[in-house]
Amino acid sequence: MADLSKQIQDQVLSARNAGTKLNIVAGGSKSFMGRAADPDASELNVADHSGIIDYHPVELVLTVRAGTTLKEIEATLAEQGQSLHFEPPRFGDQSTIGGTLACNLSGPARPWAGSVRDQVLGVKLINGKGEHLKFGGQVMKNVAGYDVSRLQAGAMGTLGVMTEISLKVMPQPAASLTLVREMAADQVIEYMNARAAEPKPLSAACWLDGRVYLRLSGAKSAVEATARQWEGEVLEEAEDFWQQLRDQQHGFFNRSEPLWRFSVGATAKQPPLDGAWLIDWAGAQRWYSGDAEKPRLQQWAREAGGQVSLFRGGNRDGEVMHHQPEVLAGLQKRLKSAFDPDGIFNPGRLYSWL
Amino acid sequence: MSEKPTISKAELAELFRGFIDPAFVIDDAETMKPYECDGMSMYCEMPLLVVLPETVSQVQDVMRTCARHKVPVVARGAGTGLSAGAMPHAEGIVLSLAKFNRILSIDPLARSARLQPGVRNLAISEAADRFGLYYGPDPSSQIACTIGGNVAENSGGVHCLKYGLTVHNLLSVELVTVDGELVTIGSDGLDCCGMDLMALMTGSEGLLGIVTEVQVKLLPKPEIAQVVMAGFDNVQQAGDAVGGIIAHGIIPGGLEMMDGHAIVAADDFAKAGYPRDAKALLLCEVDGTEEEVHEHIEQAEALFRKLGATSVRTSQSEEERALLWKGRKSAFPAVGRISPDYYCMDGTIPRSQLAHVLTEMEKMSEEFGLRVANVFHAGDGNLHPLILFDANVPGEFERTEAFGSKILELCVAVGGCITGEHGVGVEKIRQMAIQFNDDELAQFRDVKAAFDPDGILNPGKGVPTLRFCQEYRSLEHKQHDIHSNADSTHG
Repeated sequence: MADLSKQIQDQVLSARNAGTKLNIVAGGSKSFMGRAADPDASELNVADHSGIIDYHPVELVLTVRAGTTLKEIEATLAEQGQSLHFEPPRFGDQSTIGGTLACNLSGPARPWAGSVRDQVLGVKLINGKGEHLKFGGQVMKNVAGYDVSRLQAGAMGTLGVMTEISLKVMPQPAASLTLVREMAADQVIEYMNARAAEPKPLSAACWLDGRVYLRLSGAKSAVEATARQWEGEVLEEAEDFWQQLRDQQHGFFNRSEPLWRFSVGATAKQPPLDGAWLIDWAGAQRWYSGDAEKPRLQQWAREAGGQVSLFRGGNRDGEVMHHQPEVLAGLQKRLKSAFDPDGIFNPGRLYSWL
Repeated sequence: MSEKPTISKAELAELFRGFIDPAFVIDDAETMKPYECDGMSMYCEMPLLVVLPETVSQVQDVMRTCARHKVPVVARGAGTGLSAGAMPHAEGIVLSLAKFNRILSIDPLARSARLQPGVRNLAISEAADRFGLYYGPDPSSQIACTIGGNVAENSGGVHCLKYGLTVHNLLSVELVTVDGELVTIGSDGLDCCGMDLMALMTGSEGLLGIVTEVQVKLLPKPEIAQVVMAGFDNVQQAGDAVGGIIAHGIIPGGLEMMDGHAIVAADDFAKAGYPRDAKALLLCEVDGTEEEVHEHIEQAEALFRKLGATSVRTSQSEEERALLWKGRKSAFPAVGRISPDYYCMDGTIPRSQLAHVLTEMEKMSEEFGLRVANVFHAGDGNLHPLILFDANVPGEFERTEAFGSKILELCVAVGGCITGEHGVGVEKIRQMAIQFNDDELAQFRDVKAAFDPDGILNPGKGVPTLRFCQEYRSLEHKQHDIHSNADSTHG
């Protein structure tokens, strides 16, 4: 619970002077993601740079140090009847907001409530020159300068050390209810998307083990009226189900095969690949656990209008992200140089060439 | 900044006529005249040439030609922008995307649409209507403004609190880079691997590339929408009522405020039946399912009464809802009727600072001898002060600009920003140095160089040069000294 930004800045400057590299770490709960950390880089631990700086429930805005845990943030918001609507996965009590944004992680509500990147209003970050810079702000509309804050989403710390993050927060829904019914994988894509195209308070849509789960959230009367109109049984202990999905604690996520994440067009047909599937985000996010090779998975992701990445397990020394075309790779290399000219931060964590 | 072009106007026109229909390579002053400014007509410049390509490969060739000869390129959609972001460059071309005006496809099941950049914002919702869908962001200029311009400015509208800005409603863009390469950023999915380049492109004001296709998300049309209008005796109470609604857990589809000057002007214009003696007016629209709207409207009415509203009226029909909105939506032209000219500002502030900012603004209004009316996107803190002036009175526009600048400084001082949705363009380039320090501005310039090393895309907009900032700060410093001296004399 302290402001350690000055110390972090000093560490960055000494690394720069010494020509060494830094691996940025806070809770360490997402170390399984991305490519393996460079063993020659030293650890820059920012977990103690934590604490809530500013929170005005009526403004719907929260500003925290990047090392603040999701646990602390959510407890604070809950006291005011608010929450992080993007439902970030908690891979442990030590998961932080900085890591969540760097990895661009959001949970089941994402297609309706937006992602962590959507809720970011501003960041402070220390770039590779050791400059402590502020982008965006604490207001919902801000178009002055480039959107450097949201650029950090998915960059996995390759552009700088985030020190402060401002987020939009939202009131918790008054009521919530989940409908479940049996359905085959080849029917569920159309079913979920057809429901999502109705003006009803849908807040999550997922398919797992031959069942489709639709969560309704909002005003009590609206949730109950929709539940009467749609088919399906009301799921008991629905909160547990969504929590396990959100935090990837469900048995599906414990399989021994590599876990791949597809971010694709929501209506793309399921591919004929052997292995286990979990379909979330009404089809826009699909998890695959199996032994298919990356070229084949990439080929399908392209056909489905999206991308694939190796989320957990498998070979962490190869490329784990979707192949980047030459022009995009060039742009990302030049952006990396623009923020971190000496390549200090998280070398090779996102791509082997960055 | 770009270097001098290495080619003459005649040679350049000749090159363009080699691959673009010669009728759409415009080089005479008379035909180029309409392109000399955008919606911010106080800033004008005549370009070297205007070109209107019809295919993406022509756009690529335009960029290759301009990159080779270091010719500045200013992309232009409908030209409705309010920060002179599409003002031409004297040594460069205007690249109009007006011919790219087709809706390429709408996918009702996936709830998305593929659009050419010149498609008008409102045309998207009109085309999606038969599927029960619409496009969320609705800037006031939505009848005319184009989706390409919306991407460039990250446009907002009155529904941002609940439905987000342009950046929240895009899936992908097809982009022509400065050297003519064609690349897709984003995908049909909701996110991509690696740095979020979609976010970086959105709101980049034509400084990073030329957008030639846009894929947007569509939303299901709410079953019903109703608006509650509440009048208040003072701005503080109205501001507190906005906080009260949100603290209650209601996120309205739209939440707008007007001050006393704007209420009277808008009511004269639209005959909307506004409470003309009120000092502040709230329009709170709730949308969703019938059950939800019914529940929330009752709660909102009760809350407004409890929080001191002097009048509360709820729309009972679509016609009445449209009428109540008509006043707000015509607030700008309405104010235009009570003054020869008006200058629209676009700061954003934390909502809690509203009363303070309006009080300070009243003081400044007296100081500068200029009237100001306020309309406010209360839900998201975006303030649009309209400064009333007469451009025919010598020196009055300069005074207006100085007043506007002070308002933006105040917005930054209370924790807000200099532009919520209109963009920086040329108009607010000086105030960039208030919101950002030299290191931050240098970082922006480095981002720009990663996309456009020779600086030919929309030069002179968005991000000020280092020299520009230093001169501005030193000028501000001197003015501050003069003010301080004057204050001490008064004291």
